[in-house]
Amino acid sequence: MSEDGERRKSGLLAFLELGLGFLELGWRSIELLSNALDRLLPAKQSPEPLPKSGRAEDCEMESESQMRREHLGIVLVVCFFAIAILGGIGFLIAFWSGGNNTQLLGGSLSVFFAGMGVTLVLWARLLMSHKEAIEPRHALQSRPREEEAAAKAFCEGVHDVRRRRLLVWMGLSGAGVLGTMVLSMLRSLGISPDKSLYSRIWQGGQRLVTIDGKPVSLTSLQPGSMVTVFPEDQIGAERAQTVLIRVKEQLLQLPEDRANWAPGGYVAYSRVCTHAGCPVGEFEAEQSILLCPCHQSTFDVLRAAAPTGGPAARALPQLPLTADADGTLRAGGGFTAPPGPGFWGIS
Amino acid sequence: MITETIARKLSRAIDSRIKAAKFVRSALNHVFPDHWSFMLGEIALYSFVALVITGTYLALFFHASSEKVIYHGPYHPLDGEKVSVAYRSVLHISFDVPAGLLVRQMHHWAALIFLWAIVAHMARIFFTAAYRKPREMNWLIGLTLLVLALVNGFFGYSMLDDLLSGTGLRIGYAILLSVPVLGPWLTFLFMGGTVPNPEILPRMFALHIFLVPAMIAALLALHLFMIWRQLHTNYPGPERTSRTIVGSRLWPSYTAKSIGLLLLVFGVIAALGGLVQIDPVWIYGPYDPASIMAGAQPDWYLGWVEGAMRLFPGLNLRLGHWLIPELFFPAVLMPSLLFLGLYSWPFVEKLFSRDKGDQNVLRLPYEQPVLTAWGTGVFTFVLLLLIAGGDDFLALAVSGSVIEVRTILRILVLAAPPCVAALTYVLCVRLRRRKAALAATTGAAKAADVATDTAAMHGAEGPLILPIGDRAALRGD
Repeated sequence: MSEDGERRKSGLLAFLELGLGFLELGWRSIELLSNALDRLLPAKQSPEPLPKSGRAEDCEMESESQMRREHLGIVLVVCFFAIAILGGIGFLIAFWSGGNNTQLLGGSLSVFFAGMGVTLVLWARLLMSHKEAIEPRHALQSRPREEEAAAKAFCEGVHDVRRRRLLVWMGLSGAGVLGTMVLSMLRSLGISPDKSLYSRIWQGGQRLVTIDGKPVSLTSLQPGSMVTVFPEDQIGAERAQTVLIRVKEQLLQLPEDRANWAPGGYVAYSRVCTHAGCPVGEFEAEQSILLCPCHQSTFDVLRAAAPTGGPAARALPQLPLTADADGTLRAGGGFTAPPGPGFWGIS
Repeated sequence: MITETIARKLSRAIDSRIKAAKFVRSALNHVFPDHWSFMLGEIALYSFVALVITGTYLALFFHASSEKVIYHGPYHPLDGEKVSVAYRSVLHISFDVPAGLLVRQMHHWAALIFLWAIVAHMARIFFTAAYRKPREMNWLIGLTLLVLALVNGFFGYSMLDDLLSGTGLRIGYAILLSVPVLGPWLTFLFMGGTVPNPEILPRMFALHIFLVPAMIAALLALHLFMIWRQLHTNYPGPERTSRTIVGSRLWPSYTAKSIGLLLLVFGVIAALGGLVQIDPVWIYGPYDPASIMAGAQPDWYLGWVEGAMRLFPGLNLRLGHWLIPELFFPAVLMPSLLFLGLYSWPFVEKLFSRDKGDQNVLRLPYEQPVLTAWGTGVFTFVLLLLIAGGDDFLALAVSGSVIEVRTILRILVLAAPPCVAALTYVLCVRLRRRKAALAATTGAAKAADVATDTAAMHGAEGPLILPIGDRAALRGD
């Protein structure tokens, strides 16, 4: 490609290359850092043959500077070791004086470990000879002869077994029986999902009670307010939690077959989100929606808790309500569906 | 020297019983390449060591039982509250056991560092194509280690029975339940029924402190054995061919440096554990089925699944009267496909590659534009999902609505990865071309230099920004 064409094309690309440039900068800066460390603390060289000039004073100067570096190294190493030991003593003091000052404990423990670590790294860099080693790699594959010998040894063993088919048959069936036994024991790990998972929780006629066990009546709530209720026999149970909301009756747009499920504008839905099972705890009265704080699914309280936003796909199961002559609210049956997150067989 | 005499006698006594001299000699001479990016795996290994040590200490005080008791203890705001035995024991560790809170916080921080190091290590392996023959098996083992670490991390922070972990567990239950056909039975066998129930905590405890760590330890041993057997890779450079290995020997310098790194990793974990608060369960309060905390989020390594769950639209898919829950797609299918892709990557790449035989020299990212483009694309995808996992906080930060932020993220998560991948491809190709041109000119100049003055080479630093190979060329020879 011509120089000119390259330049014309590179207007945008040069800008984009900036991005890669930054990436490279990150990579390089780590390398530079380690290079700088190398220069600051040059690794001790292994004794090398005389320089080409071969003059003796070069050699002496070399050894003198090496001596100096070694002295510096020992001083540094001992310093860091002393700091580490001080950290250790600090930890011991912090521990035996109650052991509840987490900052002091962690700080001193960190000084101990980091001090010891720096000591070792400095020792390796300053007081050990560093020689780059180059070694050949040996082929990972065995020689054909060895491979052949191994295969032969195995096959000889196989041929040595008489009535091989019987042995294989017994081995397989033994493993099968063992597997069945182990799998059977797994069965003791859990109850069958058949009943509990499909349960609609409420029985018709059960009173709605709050977490304190108080029954709820038609006069309990103002329009636009909410309370969490349970069946009388399952107070506080996760899957039984139900939101009872009072809305203005004329606003309700329930399906026709549910028209009489909301006496006095009271509607009740499962409080367990159909998405991932969090409690749908937030009721926003102006928009008449229930909001799940986990993944922000919203459900329309006026339209049978149909999902209106967020990741939930199914409506919250509704609880049919009836009211006694004295106004006490009762369940008119179970939830319209098993409460909670969806599963394969949910209806 | 008396110590030397004793050591010699002892080693002779051992050798006469197990014949170890040959192995010991070759082990001490084992060559390890020196490069900072090779320390990422070591960091993961050492944070696992820290996890085992701190975890053992915690296991001595933790009681995995969801039986309810009344709390009485030094943390007054919860005095008289009904809590579970497990939660009470966590409060006990945090407020009564000397250094208990430090060890607990160190354990949690070590877990985060463990996962971080694994992911960074894997990215290094991926972008330098270190998984090629003969190292495919170690890629598979490494990935399995990542999966186990993810799972055990979830068990770990779900065991404390505080409000946050209870919420996480409930979501975990919903995810498992969403698997088509098998979901209900899987969930009930694993969790003993619907959540919450008293079976779960002891099960997670057994898995978290015994089964999963044992599997991690076994696979780690295998992982290291493979590296030992196959030797490390080398970055490209002079003398670095597929038939040689260049680096420093295990004994003594590499040993000293590596133990130094272990101590430094411990130092960082201790500093974080002592100075930076993590998972303050006493603030969250005990788990209560009817309560929920807004802004509940998993640890970062599972945040991408959380993000996918938030972004995926409410799809009500029914096959006849069977339901495939909306949760299945983002929380089960997407991660499964991602890991399936990662597991099969070395073998897929092989189909398109002309590499023959053992590949012991790494490729730099710009030398393999297609692979790097895939990598950055997938990375962008996961990163955006991770960001989406905190979209409610993001909405607060930019004072927008969650719905708007989510719409933008939905578009980005689909549109950005291909764009980033294409961009990466173009830039890599350009960089490769430029490096080749640079190498052609400097190569000629260098050859001339080498011819005239070899002695000067010892002092030469060379230009600082050079491909690794070039720098090695200046250092070596």
